[in-house]
Amino acid sequence: MFQKTISELSAGLRSGEFSCEELTECFLARVERYDGQLNSLVTLTRDSALAAARAADQRFKTGEVTPLTGIPYLHKDIFCTEGVRTSCGSRMLDNFIAPYDATVTQKLKDAGAVMLGKTNMDEFAMGSSNETSFYGPVRNPWDRERVPGGSSGGSAAAVAARLAPLATGTDTGGSIRQPAALCGVTGIKPTYGRVSRYGMIAFASSLDQAGAFAASAADAARLLQAMAGYDPRDSTSIDRPLEDYSAALEEDLRGLKIGLPKEYFGAGLDTGVADAVAAAVQSLTHLGAEVKDISLPNAALSVPAYYVVAPAECSSNLSRMDGVRFGYRCDNPRDLEDLYVRSRGEGFGAEVKRRILIGTYALSAGYYDAYYLKAQQVRRLIRDDFVRAFSEVDVILSPTAPAPAFRLGEKADDPVTMYLSDIYTIAVNLAGLPGMSVPAGFVGNLPVGMQLIGNYFDEGRLLNVAHRYQQVSDWHRQLPVGFEAV
Amino acid sequence: MSVDKEAVGRIAHLARLGVEETEHDNYARNLSAILSFVEQLDSVDTSGVAPMAHPLDASQRLRPDEVTETDRREQFQAIAPRVEAGLYLVPKVIE
Amino acid sequence: MAWETVIGLEIHAQLATRSKIFSGASTAYGAPPNTQACAVDLGLPGVLPVLNAEVVRMAAKFGLATHSTVARRSVFARKNYFYPDLPKGYQISQFELPVVQSGHLDIDLEDGTSKRIGITRAHLEEDAGKSLHEDFHGETGIDLNRAGTPLLEIVSEPDLRSAGEAVAYMKKIHTLVRYLEICDGNMQEGSFRCDANVSVRPVGQEAYGTRAEIKNINSFRFVERAINFEVERQIELLEGGATVVQETRLYDADRQETRPMRSKEEANDYRYFPDPDLLPLELDAAFIDAVAATLPELPDARRDRFSHDYGLSRYDAGVLTASRELADFFEQTVENAGGEGKLSANWVMGELAGRLNKEGREITASPVSPALLGGLLRRISDGTISGKIAKQVFEAIWAGEGDADTIIERKGLKQITDSGAIEQSVRDVLAANPGQVEQYKGGQEKLLGFFVGQVMKVTQGKANPGEVNKILKRLLLE
Repeated sequence: MFQKTISELSAGLRSGEFSCEELTECFLARVERYDGQLNSLVTLTRDSALAAARAADQRFKTGEVTPLTGIPYLHKDIFCTEGVRTSCGSRMLDNFIAPYDATVTQKLKDAGAVMLGKTNMDEFAMGSSNETSFYGPVRNPWDRERVPGGSSGGSAAAVAARLAPLATGTDTGGSIRQPAALCGVTGIKPTYGRVSRYGMIAFASSLDQAGAFAASAADAARLLQAMAGYDPRDSTSIDRPLEDYSAALEEDLRGLKIGLPKEYFGAGLDTGVADAVAAAVQSLTHLGAEVKDISLPNAALSVPAYYVVAPAECSSNLSRMDGVRFGYRCDNPRDLEDLYVRSRGEGFGAEVKRRILIGTYALSAGYYDAYYLKAQQVRRLIRDDFVRAFSEVDVILSPTAPAPAFRLGEKADDPVTMYLSDIYTIAVNLAGLPGMSVPAGFVGNLPVGMQLIGNYFDEGRLLNVAHRYQQVSDWHRQLPVGFEAV
Repeated sequence: MSVDKEAVGRIAHLARLGVEETEHDNYARNLSAILSFVEQLDSVDTSGVAPMAHPLDASQRLRPDEVTETDRREQFQAIAPRVEAGLYLVPKVIE
Repeated sequence: MAWETVIGLEIHAQLATRSKIFSGASTAYGAPPNTQACAVDLGLPGVLPVLNAEVVRMAAKFGLATHSTVARRSVFARKNYFYPDLPKGYQISQFELPVVQSGHLDIDLEDGTSKRIGITRAHLEEDAGKSLHEDFHGETGIDLNRAGTPLLEIVSEPDLRSAGEAVAYMKKIHTLVRYLEICDGNMQEGSFRCDANVSVRPVGQEAYGTRAEIKNINSFRFVERAINFEVERQIELLEGGATVVQETRLYDADRQETRPMRSKEEANDYRYFPDPDLLPLELDAAFIDAVAATLPELPDARRDRFSHDYGLSRYDAGVLTASRELADFFEQTVENAGGEGKLSANWVMGELAGRLNKEGREITASPVSPALLGGLLRRISDGTISGKIAKQVFEAIWAGEGDADTIIERKGLKQITDSGAIEQSVRDVLAANPGQVEQYKGGQEKLLGFFVGQVMKVTQGKANPGEVNKILKRLLLE
């Protein structure tokens, strides 16, 4: 049952082959059996999941169902969930029980999806390896000594091990696509503004965007469909009709123009990854797509620009964590200054502190123009590169990450090297474009991801290309060893 | 741009962020590495380029002036570290 | 040495919206602590601001009323600092591109001339909460009901040269925002307050002196006192060979002095940057035109019209237009009084104002409505009652005894204009005072007043005084 697609699960629920409760029990059992090895969940919500499953079973009796009714999912612990701890992977919010639902949480509840629990993540989504979590690192199901990627590492690992058929994620610089690649699952980050950020704890507000993990593009399309849409509570949410993603899946790829940016295939790219992506490109040409070499001249500047913009925004976003109204508060503060300094000093981990310091520095008097303003100017150049490219091609294709999953601890002491693992994903966030990662092969035992980048609001096309590719490949159907028992 | 221990202290104070004295050197090294990496940005000429604060060219939407929220003090203060008589408490503030 | 004072004011006007600037929580004053602070106002994780349309309309109104530019594009920025009444650790404000830019306002000076004061900018921002320092076992309590209340911060050029000018400017803005119905102007509740930037320089020197910023002054009287204290303090320092330190000071109303604010001792580095949760505010011509169409007649224009149409002095017209409520009251009174502008002005500024003042009431709480007052004035102008009797009738109206006609009728106060009846009373008086009549005829003409008084006494004041005079003179010649 755990390897069925969402459409098969939904059909099974509709026909009465199995109930939502049975389906939920199946995945809860998998979590309880396997997550000890992965640490992909920080909170398991067994009771509320079963209650939601029983409510979904009732909905099937009345017929008021959606494609996600009764379907279990895992929720990244960055989305507020009323009555359930929302920790964001931080000691700071270890005791934070949100008094409200994020819009995404509410929409999934309304659709009748069944939340099994909350997934582990890098602290406040700051990381590319899931090693910065207060709850300890998540392990890659393909090799427990390696990282799953980050920051949505828990969601990616859990879907890879089929602890749930679906999981939510957020992506600020690659936090959905990079772990999807490293764990061999399908992940999509839509256009900035497509999914509401309300109730999603902010890392860098102008870059953050929620998205979906699933085994396949067809499954991801269903989850994204339920998450996306205009939200009056988010000023940056876009009021624009939502495309039917599932309907777009089967479009023919003949005549599709795919651009290969030369900057994304240069030095620093693992040869095994390069070979896998080249083979995937071949498959797409067999499906009728045309390939074209393109250039994104400012691509190399995306990581440095990002490491000004994102820390600047986060330094301000995290100021509300002050030990006064919620969250961690130090013991016996001597005075107000001490309350702030110690609550924040003890509540945040090292990487979060580094980024707050960098961001504070970049915005401070005398440095604003040299860092923040400069980065925002470079950001426009990066965006303009994409706009130019999309006048020539429909979709841009590249590796998602320069190498497969690295070892736990391997890059933990070297922030800059760690940051470069997002070298192919970050520009997409700076520009606000949709991007996804699709399983495209293996290097040894480790999965490789292919990144697809679309024009603004072209998520449907990305899912279409990924789906067509998945009809002629089976990388996305591979299950890591050791997770086979039902 | 290299950041020294003193600068780490100054920035940490601005951010009200407790950083152990013994960690200052380490952070100074990290921050210097990140900043020198970031200085690649200087390699491109951006004169005349408008800064881009936001990925989409959209403008602010306006909300009707309506009271839509009700009193939820009890729920909100249930998660607060220290409250009394409906107030959040902090160490004495001197104006 | 002679010194010149240089003052710029930053006035914070709370905008009179129903809900907050970025959330749907109520702005009503006086609720129990933290009952009007929603998740957005509290800065809980993940929540987001959405801008209130009314706030933008109000700012545009102010801009149009002060000959300012209403910016087609303005940007919200974060001002970052830590303080317990600032829940997010930043205040959403406007920095580089405010919604209202470069306008002006004319103030009247005591010598009768007027002076133009530049308005540098007016920007939108959110108010902070309140710290309550009463003792909670040595701790401070934080009430965030006020957090997120919309503020328009109105920044003047350093064009003001005395405490008097500063007060005149602040009063003028106070009048204006209430005319525009964008702020209730309630200074006790903190709806209207100001910071003053004060410096002094030797007369003739062009460069400004070092300034001190005096925070949070919430009455006209305190503005005057705080500035005067500060000016004296600075002059004393400079004349004693010391220097003025650029700092933030607090006005202590009890001690009537300013002192440095400890919480602002260190120089702040606010790290302003565009708020990524809010998009640029773009206003098109249609929006601005629609706002312009809602502008009421403004105080200056109304003063000039009153002066011209009703033949009032500029000063009187200024008094009557000092608040929209008073001006409305006056105009409605005139209408009810059959167009008697001058008479209405005298009564509104005289009898009515005096009575209201005595009881500490606002014009809006007057028991004598414009209709009642106008009805009374009609009876003066048509000769039904004399001005003297009118005061008696006014008191009765104030006491709630009914309208003028009812009271005149019931108390029989109607003026006797029937010359036959008056002549009879005069004859009676003359007959009763033959000695005085003899003296009058002997040349003591000042006795006329005595006869008038006697006639009025006999008629209980109701006789038309003009008629009495005329008849007396005629009969005494007989």
